[in-house]
Amino acid sequence: MKSATADTDKQRWERDVLEPALEKAPERDVPFTTISGRPIERLYTPDDIASLDYGRDLNDPGAFPYTRGIHPTGYRGKMWTMRQFAGFGTPEETNERYKTLLEAGGTGLSVAFDLPTLMGRDPDHELSLGEVGKCGVSITSLADMERLFDGISLAGITTSMTINSPAPMIFAMYLAVAEKQGADWSKLSGTLQNDILKEFIAQKEYIYPPRESMRLITDIFAFCAKEVPKWNTISVSGYHIREAGSTSLQELAFTLRDGIEYVQYGADAGLDVDAFAPQISFFFNSHSDFFEEVAKFRAARKIWAHVMRERFNAKQERSWKLRFHTQTAGVSLTAQQPYNNVVRTALQALAAVMGGTQSLHTNSLDEALALPTAEAATLALRTQQIIAHESGLTNLVDPLGGSYFVERLTLDMEQGAREYFDTIDAMGGMVEAIEQGFPQREIAEASYKFQQAVERREKIIVGVNDYVEEDEPRHPILYIDESTYDTQISRLQELKRRRDNDAVRRSLDALREAARGGANTMYPLLDCARAYATVGEMCDALREVWGEYEEVPLI
Amino acid sequence: MQKIRVVIAKPGLDGHDRGAKVIARALRDAGMEVIYTGLRQTPEQIVGAALQEDADAIGLSILSGAHMHICPRVMELLKEKGLDDVLVVVGGIIPDVDVPKLEALGVKGIFLPGTPMQTIIDFIQQNVRRRVDVVDSR
Repeated sequence: MKSATADTDKQRWERDVLEPALEKAPERDVPFTTISGRPIERLYTPDDIASLDYGRDLNDPGAFPYTRGIHPTGYRGKMWTMRQFAGFGTPEETNERYKTLLEAGGTGLSVAFDLPTLMGRDPDHELSLGEVGKCGVSITSLADMERLFDGISLAGITTSMTINSPAPMIFAMYLAVAEKQGADWSKLSGTLQNDILKEFIAQKEYIYPPRESMRLITDIFAFCAKEVPKWNTISVSGYHIREAGSTSLQELAFTLRDGIEYVQYGADAGLDVDAFAPQISFFFNSHSDFFEEVAKFRAARKIWAHVMRERFNAKQERSWKLRFHTQTAGVSLTAQQPYNNVVRTALQALAAVMGGTQSLHTNSLDEALALPTAEAATLALRTQQIIAHESGLTNLVDPLGGSYFVERLTLDMEQGAREYFDTIDAMGGMVEAIEQGFPQREIAEASYKFQQAVERREKIIVGVNDYVEEDEPRHPILYIDESTYDTQISRLQELKRRRDNDAVRRSLDALREAARGGANTMYPLLDCARAYATVGEMCDALREVWGEYEEVPLI
Repeated sequence: MQKIRVVIAKPGLDGHDRGAKVIARALRDAGMEVIYTGLRQTPEQIVGAALQEDADAIGLSILSGAHMHICPRVMELLKEKGLDDVLVVVGGIIPDVDVPKLEALGVKGIFLPGTPMQTIIDFIQQNVRRRVDVVDSR
């Protein structure tokens, strides 16, 4: 038996083998850290995971706590969904892109909305100037939603919609289109991002104050449990937190703590946890530091399983299993030497697959320049298909399980996330932490530190601060012209002339009434959508009742 | 020497403020007086802030593609208020074809993704209007 003071095998190796080697040839004089600044040792051995218990910490795939995966067969059963986020210009232009992606073998749709839609403003609002159809598709009313899904059967696909503050309004329009197509709501499947907490933390597309925003979310939980049971009501997102500059650990911790907040608010609203928690899904970033990302995904499953079983006493296995979508890191893409981005994206996608993602978006090579061209978007999809069919990765489950390094890192990520949970719990919860600016400050700090490391060239970005090429040729980009603005404005005017404006007024009054009281807002919103009320009108009705949130800017 | 006063602004509907905040901090660490306007500022509000803060420079962070609407309006308002000597720089995702158009409007510096912070600091220090130095009365 080893005594407590005896050298471990690793210490013996360091003394007998490493030190003489270092004397002869020292290591390179650079910080050996992850992209998040986490120090990494030169070697991991069984000593580093001596405390690891297979059954408790990992277990087999499909078994609690699901560290190795939620499905016993991994991708041998079902391949991940190749879901490419797309949207620009008019609904017709985006509809055409969707049909291209579906014909190219894409297996799900993912709608990118333009900024006015995301902020609940109609195209004719003052702040919409120059933004209509630029970062996504412009959707003003049910009429646009009908154009967006023209010729696409909603019963036959799954649709992810990246929409947050106006999520209930857009969802109401989607359901109204399904209704018109004759689709049964109970069979519809897809995802609403609907994650307002990360908007306050990172992306800043909020409208109403936090507590009223949380009310809209619990309304959706209750509505879907009853009417659209297969719909993923929320996609708790770390993606934007990471893009805003957080570390990998902060992404993990803040995202899961946001998830806890949603479950807590749902439970506090009187809902049965097992009735809504299985429809909560997650959305992570896959950045360039390969092993740290794999560890993050594995730790996320393990932490969530424990949280749901122990913190919330969820009884159903479906409530314990963390399902997630992944997008490669947009922020890692460079405007310089854009073809390098294909390689970055492939590596990041590989990490997501090694981490067991349920669906994946791979970024296009030109996204630091503009929205992607059709060619660039197709190449991004092909990247996934090559990983799926040529790499051999999909033959087995959790290929990195048992790696001394990956297991140590997974344990460290879990530990670090739990420490953040304690800090946020002590503040009273995530809503309170946001009100105090805690996650915002943590992220701003991490983002500034990373930029400084790049400036000092401690972190090398190929083509940006090393291996730079002068006079690069101009790269062809997708240029969105102003015709979308003109089209959407004239359509809006025509809509307001042709629709039954009394019906619109009545539906908006009913919405205000529900917002003032406690009735579920989804039902009046459906009536607003059916009456062709606009996104701006619906959002304004709630602005009148709840007011708007304004953050205190901090740098 | 008086500190250079810079207004950093996020016009339009976009909330992606990572770049604006990082550059605001870098300019402050380089010894400038930085006023960060926060999100969703109209051109009127931005020019108003520049006037009120007696700014030497304005930095606009735009990633959404709305720069060809926002920049002309800001430049026009600056002229109206007699602030044509305020240095205007833009950072963000700006297609190549728009760069000469912005320059023609009087935008002096256009910084694309990947620009080192030091480049922007140097540019502002070298191009900002010369203040009439206040005689030190000690």
